[in-house]
Amino acid sequence: MSIKGQAYLMGAYEHPTRDAPDKTTAQLHAESAKGALDDAGLSFDDVDGYFCAGDAPGFGAMSMIDYMGLKNVRHMDTTETGGSSYILHVAHAAQAIAAGKCKVALITLAGRPRNGGNRPGASMAGGGKATGLSDGAPEAGFESIYGGSTHNTYGMCAMRHMHEYGTTSEQLAWIKVAASHHAQWNEHAFLKNVVTVEDVVNSRMISDPLHLLDCCVVTDGGGALVVVSPEIAKSLNRPKVKLLGAGEAPKVQQGGKLDLTYSGAVWSGPRAFAEAGVTPADIKYASIYDSFTITVLMQIEDLGFCKKGEGGKFVADGNLISGVGKLPFNTDGGGLCNNHPTNRGGITKVIEAVRQLRGEAHPKVQVPNCDLAIAHGTGGSLGVRHGAATLILEREA
Amino acid sequence: MSDLQPSSEKMTRPVPAPAVTIESKPFFDAAAEGKFLIKRCTACGEAHWYPRSMCPHCHSDQTVWEESKGEGVVYSFSILRKSPTGPFALAYVTLAEGPNVLTNIVDIAPNDLKIGLAVKVKLQPTDGGPPVPVFVPV
Repeated sequence: MSIKGQAYLMGAYEHPTRDAPDKTTAQLHAESAKGALDDAGLSFDDVDGYFCAGDAPGFGAMSMIDYMGLKNVRHMDTTETGGSSYILHVAHAAQAIAAGKCKVALITLAGRPRNGGNRPGASMAGGGKATGLSDGAPEAGFESIYGGSTHNTYGMCAMRHMHEYGTTSEQLAWIKVAASHHAQWNEHAFLKNVVTVEDVVNSRMISDPLHLLDCCVVTDGGGALVVVSPEIAKSLNRPKVKLLGAGEAPKVQQGGKLDLTYSGAVWSGPRAFAEAGVTPADIKYASIYDSFTITVLMQIEDLGFCKKGEGGKFVADGNLISGVGKLPFNTDGGGLCNNHPTNRGGITKVIEAVRQLRGEAHPKVQVPNCDLAIAHGTGGSLGVRHGAATLILEREA
Repeated sequence: MSDLQPSSEKMTRPVPAPAVTIESKPFFDAAAEGKFLIKRCTACGEAHWYPRSMCPHCHSDQTVWEESKGEGVVYSFSILRKSPTGPFALAYVTLAEGPNVLTNIVDIAPNDLKIGLAVKVKLQPTDGGPPVPVFVPV
């Protein structure tokens, strides 16, 4: 497949300002976006792919998607190569369009160096021309001052989920119990001790309603993956793990219309399953991002392994333990027990899914005939704004 | 369970000075005068939070500042039990005007904080910056 003739540039707009003391960088991004969409005869709601680089203020693509109120994004790319980023983004957009990952890609750039505004890589907090004003993340002045951390923002999700669906601390604890059953066989696991529901609910309260043992570990570490073409795969002497489908989605604050009981998996999951042509019932093994127990519970619901609100019942009684339950999950012990390198658990989710599909997981946790797996993650904060990503992987005989 | 703080003791939280942008300056200038503003779009009629120039609902640039009553209910909360300044409550409050606002609930004992609790805004002074909205029980 080539991108030749697969994509068209239909909107282009150069912001007229050359000195913008009265606008923020976020505002210039949005005004530029509006100009280009108007030029094309399209609207913000038509945009399903968003591309930005290091000049975009805030958290990756998430802050600008939130600021501009993009509601239908299913492809994001924040590749940063300095001033050439946007040329490269056009090529990446064409690749995404050719692959069916988006149809309308928006690429934005903006900045205010004449007014001390942000420059990629430099401090975003610097005031402009001694005005004392910031030009960083547009949400910062309304959010970061309140002491939000992972613990309390995820805690708010758990609190609301309990309120709406009657989910209990004991049900959440089963997720840690399952992870600990797996971790006992992993010689590298940070926590190898098997814990009980009582251990979890009696551990110190960190941020209501999350206890110490509802939280993932903090570890150093790393990981890497190699993705190759079918031809290269054939030439290599390793079991073949084939990518069947992928989905991604941002979940942002929607101008204040937020609902903390679901995650971006409600969009990324169905996209990945549709591309793969399989359903949650077909999945033999699941790697599910487990920054906290509540993260797992919400994502299991959102990916369609059970109905919304029934995650508590689903995870209870060992249903996530390999060899015991219906949905063996995080058989390396996951972020809850094994590893959460640099506070980012996405890559370890894929690595354990590869081990399972190769039949190379620990024999005590290896899922028999594991031919179809899911690896799913949520990055950022479940309770504020985050990016969700889902992969469906298959062992090729 | 080993709670760190007697649950009858009222929580406070010293909020640091906010990063003020050229876009949020009118909000914080008004806060200094005791007013809690939100933004409403005159094109679609909807209020939004956090305030910005372009409406995140309909993308119009016809957004205007409006003084909010500052009344709402707790949508969700979590009490971080240990921090350099003691236990504190992070929360979302659903304003009467519609949007949910990330904030701290103060002047309340942990045991009294519940989802659905009626709260009102309090503009709390910051060290070296403008006051910021936190919420207290009605």
